[in-house]
Amino acid sequence: MSGVPISAYLTLALVLFCIGLYGALTKRNTVIVLISIELMLNAVNINLVAFSKFGMIPSITGQVFALFTIAVAAAEAAVGLAILIALYRNRKTVNIDEMDTMKN
Amino acid sequence: MENAWIIPLFPLLSFLFLLLFGRRLKENSAYIGMVLTLASLVYSLVVLFERFNHPTYKAEVTWLTIGDVQLTAGFEVNQLNALMLVIVSLVSFLVHTYSKGYMHGDGRFHIFYAYLGLFTFAMLGLVVSPNLLQTYIFWELVGAGSFLLIGFYFYKEEAKAAAKKAFIMTRIGDVGLLIGMILLFWQVGSFEYDEIFQAVDEGAISAGMITLTAILIFVGAVGKSGQFPLHTWLPDAMEGPTPVSALIHAATMVAAGVYLVAALFPLFAASEAALMTIAIIGAFTAIFAASIGLVQKDIKRVLAYSTVSQLGYMMLALGSAGYVAGVFHLMTHAFFKALLFLAAGSVIHAVHTQNIEEMGGLWKKLKLTGPLFLIGTLAISGVPLFSGFFSKDEILISTWVHGNTFLFWLAVIAAFFTAFYMFRLFFMVFTGDARGKQKEVHESPSVMTFPMIVLGILAIVAGYVNTPWFGTFLGDWLVADNDALGHGHIEGPAWIMIVATVVSLLGIYLAWLIYGKKSIQRDWLTVRMPLTYNVLYNKYYIDEFYQLTVVKATKGFTAVLSFIETFIVEGLVKLVAGIVHGLGIIGSKIQNGQVQAYGTVAFVGLAVLIVIFALTGGYLK
Repeated sequence: MSGVPISAYLTLALVLFCIGLYGALTKRNTVIVLISIELMLNAVNINLVAFSKFGMIPSITGQVFALFTIAVAAAEAAVGLAILIALYRNRKTVNIDEMDTMKN
Repeated sequence: MENAWIIPLFPLLSFLFLLLFGRRLKENSAYIGMVLTLASLVYSLVVLFERFNHPTYKAEVTWLTIGDVQLTAGFEVNQLNALMLVIVSLVSFLVHTYSKGYMHGDGRFHIFYAYLGLFTFAMLGLVVSPNLLQTYIFWELVGAGSFLLIGFYFYKEEAKAAAKKAFIMTRIGDVGLLIGMILLFWQVGSFEYDEIFQAVDEGAISAGMITLTAILIFVGAVGKSGQFPLHTWLPDAMEGPTPVSALIHAATMVAAGVYLVAALFPLFAASEAALMTIAIIGAFTAIFAASIGLVQKDIKRVLAYSTVSQLGYMMLALGSAGYVAGVFHLMTHAFFKALLFLAAGSVIHAVHTQNIEEMGGLWKKLKLTGPLFLIGTLAISGVPLFSGFFSKDEILISTWVHGNTFLFWLAVIAAFFTAFYMFRLFFMVFTGDARGKQKEVHESPSVMTFPMIVLGILAIVAGYVNTPWFGTFLGDWLVADNDALGHGHIEGPAWIMIVATVVSLLGIYLAWLIYGKKSIQRDWLTVRMPLTYNVLYNKYYIDEFYQLTVVKATKGFTAVLSFIETFIVEGLVKLVAGIVHGLGIIGSKIQNGQVQAYGTVAFVGLAVLIVIFALTGGYLK
């Protein structure tokens, strides 16, 4: 149980976050971008759970917070996909680099 | 006299009215112009007769107040102004009448009358101005009117060039006038003629400054009155319609320079050097232009050079302290030269050419124009009993009495030339056989002959207002209550009158021998002295000389300036604009609408901040 140090959890979270960030910043498909954002949120969840168990002051709050995050992420995914569908109906594309109406 | 300010406003009204409604009135525009200038003429005559019994009237209102200096605008009716008012409005009215026939059928008939109105307004305004500043304003306005009228046939290249030349050449003189005016204002603190004369009288201005300002103002007169070396625009100005030449370039505007010198005469009289300059320039111009007039072949150009020459006479008179003689000659010249131009216009109207080589034998065909032209020719040649004789005699006497012996003989030779070339013109146009192809030549309509008859009568009788035989009424009146203007009549030796008569008759006789009787070959001069002939025919190559020196130099200078302008000034401007533009382009590239790019920048920024925080221990110094 205590064989796995906290740094391993944190490293996993870091790697996940970086993968998510990379995907969010580089992928052209908006669905993939949304998935990547989920990845980043989950990296945060791992951090929260890891600290609630192995932190300086272990507390259940971290795990409760992770649950909240999951709920919010689900809502966010639902809203995000709804917006995406609305956009798709308008623009006939899901490519993020074609959604540049904020240009200039 | 209190309402004399209204005189210039009649032609102005004509100008404005014809601008607005001329298009609808078409050739009826002439009646508007004629009636309104007739109103000016009638009122000018009233003012002149009132002025005989009343003192000078002057009225002014404050126009601008700058600190302690008050600039005024107003009008003044003194002897000279009253006389000029009548001359200008009379000639203007006659030209308005004449043009109705001469310009008949021209598409821009009403525009022509509008311009005539503008010019007459400016000229009348000029002669009633009580101060230098107002004079200067009208002086420029007169130049603008002249520009418009010379360039009336603007579709002709020569007319366009002549209009520009006239405007620019007179502007060169105007610079002198402007500087002189500013210097006077600096010295006296006022533009008022009265105050300037008072300051001169009290010796408030140093002698050197008087000479300087007088000569600078004279430069303005040189430009306007076509004196050497700024005379070249006047012959070219003959590209304008002939009535315009009669009004502007014979009787009124070119006399404005003489008028200016006369109006400021007390200033000039205070400086012997300035008077001498005027006399020399005047005498030189008189003989110089007369010699060119000897060989010209265009009827209007001969008259133009004779105008330049006669204006030189007036300047010579003023420069010899002959105030009365100058003004007197201005008046008689206005009448007989306007007559000559109108008669020349009538000839041109009949034969449709200006080249005297293609005329001839017109005496029998133009029953009215011929005798009228002869009257003008006799008057300008100084044949006794005609008006020009008396005024020219006055000039010669004042030159002699003033002690300018050399200039006196120059003037006598110029008088000989004048008689010769004027009768050369007369014989070539009216006697002999018809040369060239003359189709149905017929006399001009009465609307054109009437003004000529009026001027013809004046060309004969105008001299009798100031003669040594019947009293010098004009002279005495002109100089009354102003000692600075000199005497009303200058006594001179009697032989001068005889010399003048002999010289003019000799000139006529020689012209008759060559062109009338043909006992001397016409090409006598051409064959024996081709060089002299060429120099004279090409007007001493003055135009070419100016083209090579002044025009080239100016063009070179402008090329340098325009190089600086295009490459240095423009370059700096473009550089500044380019920097801002480049920054803008970079800025707008950053804002490309790509959310991912924004995210990357935000994240990189955060990362950089964290690195900095980590390195500095969390605190920024």
